[in-house]
Amino acid sequence: MAVSEVVSQRAFARTPPRSATTRLLEDERWLAVVLLLPTVILLGLFIAYPFVDGVLLSVTDARVGVPGSFVGLQNFESLWHDTIFRTAVWNTFVYTAVATVFKLALGLWLALLLNRHFKGKAFARAFILLPFIIPTVLSTFAWKWMFDPTFSVINWTLFQLGLIHTRINWLGDPNLALISVIIVNVWRGVPFYAISLLAGLQTINPELQEAAAIDGARPWQRFWHVTWPLLLPVTMVVVLFSVVPTFADFQLVYVLTGGGPANATQLFATYAYQIGVGTGLLGEGAAVSLAMFPFLLIVVIVQLLYIRRVEVH
Amino acid sequence: MARVLIRNLNKIFNEVHAVKDVNLEIRDREFVVLVGPSGCGKTTTLRMVAGLETITSGEVLIGDTIVNELPPMDRDIAMVFQNYALYPHMSVYDNMAFGLKMRRFARAEIEQRVREAAGILGIENLLQRKPRQLSGGQRQRVALGRALVRHPQVFLFDEPLSNLDAKLRVQMRVELKKIHDRLGTTAIYVTHDQVEAMTLGDRVVVMKDGIVQQVGEPLDLYNAPANRFVAGFIGSPAMNFADVGLAVQEGAMLALADGIRLKLPPAIAERLRSHVGRQVTLGIRPEDLRVGPGNGADGCDFPAIVEVVERLGAQILLDVKVGSGTMVAAVEPSVKANVREQLRLAFDAERLHFFDRASGNAI
Amino acid sequence: MIEGAKWRRWVYFYIPLSAFILWLLFPFYWMLVTSVRPDRELYRPWMAPNYAPFWTAHPTLEHITDLLTGTLFIRWMANTLFIAVISTLISLFCGILAGYALARLKFRFAGALGTGIFITYLVPQTLLFIPLANIIRNFQLGDSPWALILTYPTFLIPFCTWLLMGYFKAIPRELEECARIDGATRWKAMLYIIIPIAVPGILSAGIFAFTLSWNEFIYALVFLSSAEQKTVSVGVTSELVRGDVFYWGQLMAGALLGSIPVAFIYSFFVEYYVAGLTGSVKG
Repeated sequence: MAVSEVVSQRAFARTPPRSATTRLLEDERWLAVVLLLPTVILLGLFIAYPFVDGVLLSVTDARVGVPGSFVGLQNFESLWHDTIFRTAVWNTFVYTAVATVFKLALGLWLALLLNRHFKGKAFARAFILLPFIIPTVLSTFAWKWMFDPTFSVINWTLFQLGLIHTRINWLGDPNLALISVIIVNVWRGVPFYAISLLAGLQTINPELQEAAAIDGARPWQRFWHVTWPLLLPVTMVVVLFSVVPTFADFQLVYVLTGGGPANATQLFATYAYQIGVGTGLLGEGAAVSLAMFPFLLIVVIVQLLYIRRVEVH
Repeated sequence: MARVLIRNLNKIFNEVHAVKDVNLEIRDREFVVLVGPSGCGKTTTLRMVAGLETITSGEVLIGDTIVNELPPMDRDIAMVFQNYALYPHMSVYDNMAFGLKMRRFARAEIEQRVREAAGILGIENLLQRKPRQLSGGQRQRVALGRALVRHPQVFLFDEPLSNLDAKLRVQMRVELKKIHDRLGTTAIYVTHDQVEAMTLGDRVVVMKDGIVQQVGEPLDLYNAPANRFVAGFIGSPAMNFADVGLAVQEGAMLALADGIRLKLPPAIAERLRSHVGRQVTLGIRPEDLRVGPGNGADGCDFPAIVEVVERLGAQILLDVKVGSGTMVAAVEPSVKANVREQLRLAFDAERLHFFDRASGNAI
Repeated sequence: MIEGAKWRRWVYFYIPLSAFILWLLFPFYWMLVTSVRPDRELYRPWMAPNYAPFWTAHPTLEHITDLLTGTLFIRWMANTLFIAVISTLISLFCGILAGYALARLKFRFAGALGTGIFITYLVPQTLLFIPLANIIRNFQLGDSPWALILTYPTFLIPFCTWLLMGYFKAIPRELEECARIDGATRWKAMLYIIIPIAVPGILSAGIFAFTLSWNEFIYALVFLSSAEQKTVSVGVTSELVRGDVFYWGQLMAGALLGSIPVAFIYSFFVEYYVAGLTGSVKG
């Protein structure tokens, strides 16, 4: 035994005995706990807790400064009969659907253009992303100014081109306001679609295009039979990632119209803000926000299923 | 330096029993090679010695210490990986110094050790480069140098040469051998290449399906394989096998198969006595076959039809048809043989191997 | 690429691409022109005969000096910068650790936790702002930059974690194993080997997080009330619009100047930003 003790002492003469903490962190389960702790605390405190709090709030008649008492599903019931809420729901779906379709179509078109070789491509790509990175509220103000009925540069241009003869009240006309808001959303979202889809396009081997061309496919056929199917997985993910923020959009409408005229551009988020913060009806406001949840849940589930499917392959 | 003792080692991944009851003693200063096809458990065994995999059951001792619960950093080992695992953001010098820095060695000592190892490996002029600026062979040397500077108790090698091209591999193999002869550090080396195993190992451990098949010095494995798997795995080209029946006629033992009728010498017959009337597997190495009739009356030859002739320069490989099976013979380069030619292949009966058909064990 | 006649290249390529670029960049040009245009030109109706929208004959810095001296704009910029930098650092710290754990360590519930963090990635701020305002008030954080510094990580951490997981997974395991055999603890192997190699990913995540914080609006709008605490987006919205009166010159100057820090950082790290953007989509 004496000999073996000497041997093992020699063996570890160079490595000092480890502290208890070091030993603990060598166990990957404990290390994982330590590494995840800050994230779990922050997300728990400011996502999970407010979510639960929001659910509890939505079944009370709380107002600012008044804790409120339990009223059951009364808030949701009154929303059901609330015509403004119904308008907001309808607007939100129209807004999301129309904007997404246009963002995808235009974004794909732009991505295809950028996928060619031309001088100044890197510059073009860098500049094209500007609408996406510049703070939304600030660039939206530029649009609000461009849409101004009296001083509109858009009206001036259309008038000079002979396309219109009288002024267009972009944001003041209830029939036009939602369209105007969608235009700005599309403007802001197209760069994201274009750059993401471009990244997807660049993973497609150009030899496939050339092979299809040799097989006699016309450009449109090449796109439809080669590019599009290969791009579909990326497209799916891009759309799913963009649908949620579009659906829950707030700042754009808040700046452009504030939900008006006559609630023509009211969305879930702006209505929740109007009720919860504007009028101080916290319970009802929380209920409006939470009404978004089922839709968001569907998107998340689709997203998760899709990612899992991709990972399996 | 230290010995490594592996006792009843087991590893189970989810449902897969990757290493089964492995017992090994690697003696102090010994170079032991674990060899086997992919998935045989050799790398898993090595990684358990390193501390990179948890041990399901059994013990690993380095020196006289059970290291099962010891993290890799405290095992005083060094390891060379297949893809070199050089830290891409560090210079060659820093790569080699990292292990010493972690152990808080004095700056001067680090410098001295790195220079020394770089000198042994001939990479002194690369010390300031980044790994991406090196060729495959140079990276390999740096990976080796990183292990050398540590002066560890045990070197572990996980297929360190398999990413090199054939010529470089032979060169590095020789160099590794020299370094080990010089330093004498205990080493465990994993490879799937039996040539590497034979040339490097003081002893070779052949594994298959997580089980040790045979442990021995290279020539023992070659001359006396313990079972059919080892016989087929060691040696290139691989041993020829033929299923034969054993029968006794007129007091002599015969090995019979389609196209083969061999009279076995008494010494071998004695060994096979208990298998008479049963099917056994006969094995003969290609290099033990020669063209021409057998010498004497012991009938140690059989007819064969040449199908392919591969001229390698130093020898000729004949792919031949024997009865309904095929065999390979490695013969002298002076032999003239043509495709579709019929000839006789002869051998010394002492060079025959026999295996039990059911168990595969040598008889 | 497959090429055709010259006119085809014009019709199918140059014209549409130019139209796209014009459309995408015109609002920024418009910001610029408006912010240097004197008021008497600014408020000339578009029907007026001398309306010349695309340039100005008498450029002026009046709006910009008014903005910088007459409002708290500089204060708002400083607030935004402070909030964006600190919340980005917090998020990077958490995201690196969590991303490493999820990408590299084996432990129970790893899959469930990864999914959970991914789901929070998709939670929009507008879902939770009302209860969150309550909580902020309970924590005595109302009208303080810390209200935003602590809540911005809720959407930044999931993003950083998700992006960095991809980077960590791409680093060969052997590097870490080798470091551990070389004498490093798991923690040191992460610190000295894995994190330095993942620097490009960390930069991408950081830049992206910074622009996201700079862009955030509704939390800043709801959690901050006093003018000197506001961020640029909120300050411009609430302090430069008085009642129904829009000070367009100042507004556009504010929009322009408020965009500059983001545009500046972006211009230096375009490649990293694009890597972050496409990396987050690919997962």
